[in-house]
Amino acid sequence: MKVPAQIEDWFAHKGWTIHPHQRDMVARAADPATLLIAPTGGGKTMAGFLPSLADLAQNRHKGLHTLYVSPLKALAADIKRNLRTPVDEMGLDIRIEDRTGDTTATQKKRQRVDPPHILLTTPESLALLTSYEDAPRMFAGVQRIIIDEIHALSESKRGDQLMLALAAVQTMCPDLRRVGLSATVEDPAAIAKFLARHPDPCNIVQADPGPDPNIQMLHTQDAPPWSGGGAKYAIPAVLDQVKAHKTTLIFHNTRAQAELFFHNLWLANEDGLPIGIHHGSLSKEQRAKVEAAMVDGSLRAIVCTGSLDLGIDWGDVDLVIQIGAPKNVKRLVQRIGRANHRYNAPSKALLVPANRFEVVECIAALQAVKAHDLDGDGRGRGPRDVVCQHILIAAAAGPFSADDLYQEFTTAGAYHDLTRAEFDACLEFCATGGYALRAYDKWQRLLQRPDGMWQLRDPRAAQRIRMNIGTIQDTDTLKVRLKNRAGGKPLGEVEEGFAATLTPGDTFLIGGQIVRYEGLREMTVEVTRRADKKPKVATFLGTKFATSTQLSARILDMFRQDDWPDLPDHTRDWLALQRKVSELPRRDRLLIESFPHDGRAQTVVYGFAGRNAMQTLGLLLTKGMEGQGLGPMGFVATDYATLIWSLDPLTDPWSLLTPDAMRDGLDTWLAGNAVMKRTFKASAIIAGLIERNLPSNRKTGRQATFSSDILYDTLHKYDPDHVLMQITREEALRGLVDFGRIEEMLARVGDRIDLRELDRVTPLAAPLFLEPGRVPVKGLAEERLLAEETERLMTASGLDQVDAPKRWAVPF
Amino acid sequence: MNNALDFSFQSTTLTARSSGALWWADQRVLCVSDLHLGKSDRIARRTGAMLPPYETRETLDALAVEVEALNPATVICLGDSFDDLAAAEALIDSDRMLIARLQSGRRWVWIEGNHDPGPVEFGGDHLADLALGPLVFRHIATDQVGEVSGHYHPKVRLPVRGRIISRAAFLVDDVRVLVPAFGTYTGGLCTTSPALSGLMAPGAQAILTGTTVTQLPMPRG
Repeated sequence: MKVPAQIEDWFAHKGWTIHPHQRDMVARAADPATLLIAPTGGGKTMAGFLPSLADLAQNRHKGLHTLYVSPLKALAADIKRNLRTPVDEMGLDIRIEDRTGDTTATQKKRQRVDPPHILLTTPESLALLTSYEDAPRMFAGVQRIIIDEIHALSESKRGDQLMLALAAVQTMCPDLRRVGLSATVEDPAAIAKFLARHPDPCNIVQADPGPDPNIQMLHTQDAPPWSGGGAKYAIPAVLDQVKAHKTTLIFHNTRAQAELFFHNLWLANEDGLPIGIHHGSLSKEQRAKVEAAMVDGSLRAIVCTGSLDLGIDWGDVDLVIQIGAPKNVKRLVQRIGRANHRYNAPSKALLVPANRFEVVECIAALQAVKAHDLDGDGRGRGPRDVVCQHILIAAAAGPFSADDLYQEFTTAGAYHDLTRAEFDACLEFCATGGYALRAYDKWQRLLQRPDGMWQLRDPRAAQRIRMNIGTIQDTDTLKVRLKNRAGGKPLGEVEEGFAATLTPGDTFLIGGQIVRYEGLREMTVEVTRRADKKPKVATFLGTKFATSTQLSARILDMFRQDDWPDLPDHTRDWLALQRKVSELPRRDRLLIESFPHDGRAQTVVYGFAGRNAMQTLGLLLTKGMEGQGLGPMGFVATDYATLIWSLDPLTDPWSLLTPDAMRDGLDTWLAGNAVMKRTFKASAIIAGLIERNLPSNRKTGRQATFSSDILYDTLHKYDPDHVLMQITREEALRGLVDFGRIEEMLARVGDRIDLRELDRVTPLAAPLFLEPGRVPVKGLAEERLLAEETERLMTASGLDQVDAPKRWAVPF
Repeated sequence: MNNALDFSFQSTTLTARSSGALWWADQRVLCVSDLHLGKSDRIARRTGAMLPPYETRETLDALAVEVEALNPATVICLGDSFDDLAAAEALIDSDRMLIARLQSGRRWVWIEGNHDPGPVEFGGDHLADLALGPLVFRHIATDQVGEVSGHYHPKVRLPVRGRIISRAAFLVDDVRVLVPAFGTYTGGLCTTSPALSGLMAPGAQAILTGTTVTQLPMPRG
């Protein structure tokens, strides 16, 4: 296909030329699958839509022609806006609509009866569309599907869900052609495989990557602190940069950090520069306000998190500031691409390390960017909890044949090697629960008819299935509202766990304001605006980024140097001090530091094995310490180190850190730990064992709900080989547990374990104390803490005199 | 470790067991509440969700451990022993045999609860309530002095150093004892809820179950 005259004229009229990769996409319009890799600002979206516009300009089409899927609702809305203008100016008669969780029910209903030419949607909304009985009518005649930001989707279960939904659409329209749009990635072939219908080939079109970015560390008057994530020290320098540029995006790695930084930025913002905040925990209204201000150019800077990572066009950004170590080179490069949206102009970015360890990380990242050394780990086979959900979605759409559905699933790249036995186990789970004890033959969810087809036993179940489509793991969050008579303005959300630690009068930050906790009403946190106290910061679990293994290796290499002339003086001194009071970790030895802090014994293991492996190490070591009676209370893991706090110090790491001891621990430990239970909960929700959303007419009271941990414990005891337990193990072993890298580390260090017993926190350990994601250990320590608290409460109430329970000594 | 804790109530001594069972040593009475046997069956029947169907077995096993340890003369199931009457009928044979074995050689009392308001086809007495000495056993608390009841599934949530410890609990004041739920698939109602804070007198104590049985002033809403 060639670019039709109307479109050529439009480009000429605008004084633009069609980029070579955009022409390439039109030329390949008939190919079954094409992956376009282009930097931000490279006209990527237009390149994706050009073949559709060209086709619609030349041929009349009735009904749906092109599906566009993006990971963000906001992106779908943004594209609708940005596509409308050129389409109108080209004089094309094309209907463009979006369909997301925010679309009204009336609008959605109408779209199913009378679909637009181009439908912009999300993976979840597409999966939902395939669950309707009339899906074949709606999708009849679809020619193309465009998957935007496919590099982001390919890393998550949302992408797996999308590809299974797409397989269903492809069954309805066999000629459907696929286009993937991706930012720069390390392994285009892997994404091509993810995109194409297996075993179709997939072209890869590479746009000119443009000039290298201009990226540096921000020079500041004050040195960064030893620990802490706030980067408060850099605020004057950041404000200077904001003043010197038109629009600045200030990226943070976590929402809590963004809130704190925004708060401090405003305290120092004497000129009253218009600066906004944007992150995923803010209410829709709040975000919409900031987005609108951003588009019309009335903001000078915006403090944000990953919610702005993806390619929404926010106008004329000329500087990107990254606060905190970027953790991952690929993401850094993509964020930098947000600045200077003109193609072929270098983008400008500044890195602001929040503490001295992050200075080292930032230097390593700068080296990696210069070397074009992108990182990333392959994702492996598609998870089976998503398979279970899609079997249910298929059942909601109508009777299906297991043979056909299996064939359909294996056309998705991530599932091409799904075995029939694995599929059947999922089907059995969906049908009967899949338990060894066949208790549900009477109530099973799916039935096999005499003709071999499967269908829902109770057709009303379809509604419940549709209500629970999705793979996004919401942590349990509570809405936050201002308390007033009118019901109150929504401000955003906080985690339920955080809300539970609040007592009336406590203050925290949300949306840049300090609010005072007043109470909980109908599962809503009610607050008032009162800034009379230092805020507690809201903890948002959100996404926690892990540093890539490539960056970790670069850092270990830097530690080997005798001196660090490349580093700023403060960081150079800091590393020298670490070497003086303790030592720097080395590749061939394992450094363990032990020191008291905060009234507890602290143990730091510098394993440099990546966060998941370090987390597993934390779980195994605390289990060993529990066995030694040391009262471990919890731990936190980073890519480099695991910090464990306990009632008594670790003195014998050697007996715990042997491959045999670790492996012995693994089996029993895998069974009962918090990480496995968390994994189980997520998979149980995706697979449909636990329903998040119930029809409103059957709301269960809180009294009737019980923890998913109990389901896990019960299955583990009575049905350990149940398919959901298999899925949990598969998930944990490849991702969260990563035992392979622990074994690799132990083999690497052998018995060369150095225990350094010190009297205070070391320079290198300091950043760990502010690391989010602490994992509690339930055991002896909890009983001892409970005793302590009981005693306090009894004393406070004067009851210890009257009716004293048996007491035992508390060692601190 | 304390895996049981004695307390005085109506001039008699009762024992709160770590399992959530109540033991009255003088009378050799074992009392458990809210077993909710057959809960997964009822959930499947009513909602289609198929939870692991092992909770009846798990609950009965836990009860068997207590019966073996204490050899009670009387076992009182304090209501909501079955998640509903149909769930009672649907109990599988092995679970039925386990119940029969537990019942042999002792008095067994099924107190009626709101989930199981009618007689069930298992041996033992079926009663609305049972008075024994100074105590009266009933499913839902009334204002009667000396009452031992269940129904509320009380639990305590304690924020301790940034962590929340959540445990099923006995609640005790001068008038009544509330027994926690013994069943496996039973959640709990926090003592800070208006229902429990309103019911229990000021100065009520909570006795937390779990590895260590612990007594503390009941946290109130």
